[in-house]
Amino acid sequence: MARDAGVSPSGTDSPSPSAYRRREESITLAPVEEQIDGVEGSETTEELLTLNFGPHHPATHGVLRLLVTLQGEVVRDIKPIIGYVHTGIEKTAEDKAYWKVIPIVERMDYLSYYFNAMAYCTAVETLMEVDIPPRGQYLRVIHLELNRIASHLIWLGTSALDLGAVSIFLYCLRERELILDLFEMSSGQRMHTRYFQVGGVIEDIPAGFEAKLREFLKVMPERADEYGAILNSNEIVLQRLRGTCPLDAETLLSLGVTGPLLRAAGNPWDLRKAAPYSSYDHFSFKIPVGTVGDNYDRFAVRLAEIYESVHIIEQALDGLPEGPFITEDRKVSLPPRHELATSMEALIHHFKLVTEGFRVPPGEIYSPIESPRGELACYVRSDGSSKPARVHMRDPSFVNLQALRHMSRGSYIADMIATTAMLDPILGGIDR
Amino acid sequence: MPDATGLELLAAELGDATLETVYFRERATVVVDPVQIRSVLASLRAHGFTFLASVHGVDHYPEEPRLGVIYELLDMGRVDRITVKIRVPLDDPRVESVTADWPTADHQEREVYDMFGVVFEGHPDLRRILMPEDYEGHPQRRDFPIGGEPVIFTRDESKWLETRE
Amino acid sequence: MAAGCARVEVKREPAGPAGASRDLRVRNLNSRQLLRGGDLEGANRPAQLEGSDFEHYVSERVLTTTLDKTVAWARSNSFFPLGFGLACCAMEQFQAAGPRMDIARFGYEAFRASPRQADLIILAGRVSIKMAPIIRRLYDQMLEPKWAISMGACCSSMGVFNNYALVPADKFMPIDVHVPGCPPRPEALMHGILKLRKMVQDDPDMGWRERYDAVGTEEAPSGA
Repeated sequence: MARDAGVSPSGTDSPSPSAYRRREESITLAPVEEQIDGVEGSETTEELLTLNFGPHHPATHGVLRLLVTLQGEVVRDIKPIIGYVHTGIEKTAEDKAYWKVIPIVERMDYLSYYFNAMAYCTAVETLMEVDIPPRGQYLRVIHLELNRIASHLIWLGTSALDLGAVSIFLYCLRERELILDLFEMSSGQRMHTRYFQVGGVIEDIPAGFEAKLREFLKVMPERADEYGAILNSNEIVLQRLRGTCPLDAETLLSLGVTGPLLRAAGNPWDLRKAAPYSSYDHFSFKIPVGTVGDNYDRFAVRLAEIYESVHIIEQALDGLPEGPFITEDRKVSLPPRHELATSMEALIHHFKLVTEGFRVPPGEIYSPIESPRGELACYVRSDGSSKPARVHMRDPSFVNLQALRHMSRGSYIADMIATTAMLDPILGGIDR
Repeated sequence: MPDATGLELLAAELGDATLETVYFRERATVVVDPVQIRSVLASLRAHGFTFLASVHGVDHYPEEPRLGVIYELLDMGRVDRITVKIRVPLDDPRVESVTADWPTADHQEREVYDMFGVVFEGHPDLRRILMPEDYEGHPQRRDFPIGGEPVIFTRDESKWLETRE
Repeated sequence: MAAGCARVEVKREPAGPAGASRDLRVRNLNSRQLLRGGDLEGANRPAQLEGSDFEHYVSERVLTTTLDKTVAWARSNSFFPLGFGLACCAMEQFQAAGPRMDIARFGYEAFRASPRQADLIILAGRVSIKMAPIIRRLYDQMLEPKWAISMGACCSSMGVFNNYALVPADKFMPIDVHVPGCPPRPEALMHGILKLRKMVQDDPDMGWRERYDAVGTEEAPSGA
């Protein structure tokens, strides 16, 4: 970089380096030198190595770029650089009718797509003061918890892959196939299903869904036991996870971290219990909480959450009420197709909804839910027309990423890799 | 959420910083003076709202002042939420950064800067976070074209080329 | 030697039927007889297959082809994909590598982390403007011959998103197969990969250098 060192970013007359090089220069690492203990004087800069864990890296989950400052193998500072999968979701959402925003917003946190849709739908439903029928709420809960299990399975698989345990990855994918089959049964798509609509869910579950779901619920705890047994008896995994990169709940709270990371540190904050939405208060389930807040606790908390999700789905399935699955307010939800042949109003409503969409009264709402990674919230501002004026998703991974720096300071690179895996970042959510 | 009376009491305590209170769909919002945002958040913290859940921006185009920054606070003990809003005009979009008190605002303020152009004074490292660093323009503003550049129709092409030269 | 003894004794026996000669020329003649059909007893006057029987006999045992075709067949059956997942399509890419829809049965399970070792880049996910130069760099770092599959709607066109932040992959690198879907099912991805396989078997040089006016940009000597 000697060539770049003397060039000013404005690069007037001298042949300037490419814009890419100039961008890398603008990242300053100045604060790091103060934190080195026991190393004095100007010798510090010679001891530090800045390593670029580029956006293309097998161990970063997605296109995350980390500028890691190392002293030997010890991590002194991390600067995450994101934006490599920034899709302009929020801008695109301003251009579309409210119900068309749902598939846009689903693609944000691409492992927990139902949660994205849920946050957005609850926001719009609150703005419009639309009630969800109980069957719709229970179906939502079933799908949300299935999605939580699927998300944790991919997390488990990719984390184990990072730690070197490749077979767990294949096992988790096998289980996830069962869940994706269930999603395909209920909505026709495996991912990004557009199943949640404003007012409820788009379609009732088909015949055979319940039987298949019960089969899955029988199989899943046994498989989760297997994974727990394999990983918990693996000396390497235990040594890499136990005691590495702990962070206390106070710091996590000041960094805005929620979800399994906070629960691993001992704070049992879970929006499903604290501020129940969509009839989560009808179900009894436990919140797994860790003690130390190290990587092992984060792993154990998420593994335990799989069992709890299975329990919730069982209760929801047992108590599934009869009735409509979407609100009967025809100004919000499409009428069933058989009505279109007989009722003129149904036809008009259908036409209005499909062409223009429903209008939402002006106002602003911030609506949080508990996603597999923490507090996922959707802020919707409406100006009275049929398109939202602002949709912002408060993504948990975006905020949790700030904790990576605090967690990995002073630990080895290998621990940093394990911590990134346990952080469960989803770059789609981070970059939106 | 504090109910309507609770909100009014809270707003009264914040004193002259409060410009407006809104109680909408059982959610409480306080619109405050942008200059005093740090002290407002500090007094709300003393009230128990110790968790800053989100910092995000809004463009109120065409109403002035155009750019808004919204802080969502959460009281975990009482499971209470309150929203604090500030509005800054486009020609002077400066707000004091709250990162020193609330470290979670770090990346989130950078995102608001990137997407809206609100400059947070005192932020340790205010750079673009989502867009490439040499990008011009603030995408989330309402008058920013969604395609990033205005669509050039064939009939306008010559006119557009002239203005660009 | 006694059984159970700790030593090993080697007994040399002449290869081939008992009584066959050790002389190389005789053995050579015998092999030719084997190929032409017939038995070796009475090696001087073997029974021989004639005409179509002979052709049938040979066609069952010998395969002729050109070197190009062999190399193309070998290349097509062992793509080393670059493990490159960007967004949601990466999840379906994992599922394609998973146990149910197993790409290992076709030989493509060796996902390489380094572009220098990979020959197939599967762009799984949306390409943002910040990421595009990096992908281009990765593609340039791959060695010839190399292929690219654009998986999903977002990198083939801009997909669901029609905005400032995305670039369709065709704008900055040559793509051989576009797989539509959002995200494409693992079966769809498999179909795309197998289509690429067929394309490579027919003609490994798929003409993108002519299409993109890039003749002369090869890193390695072509036709190798």
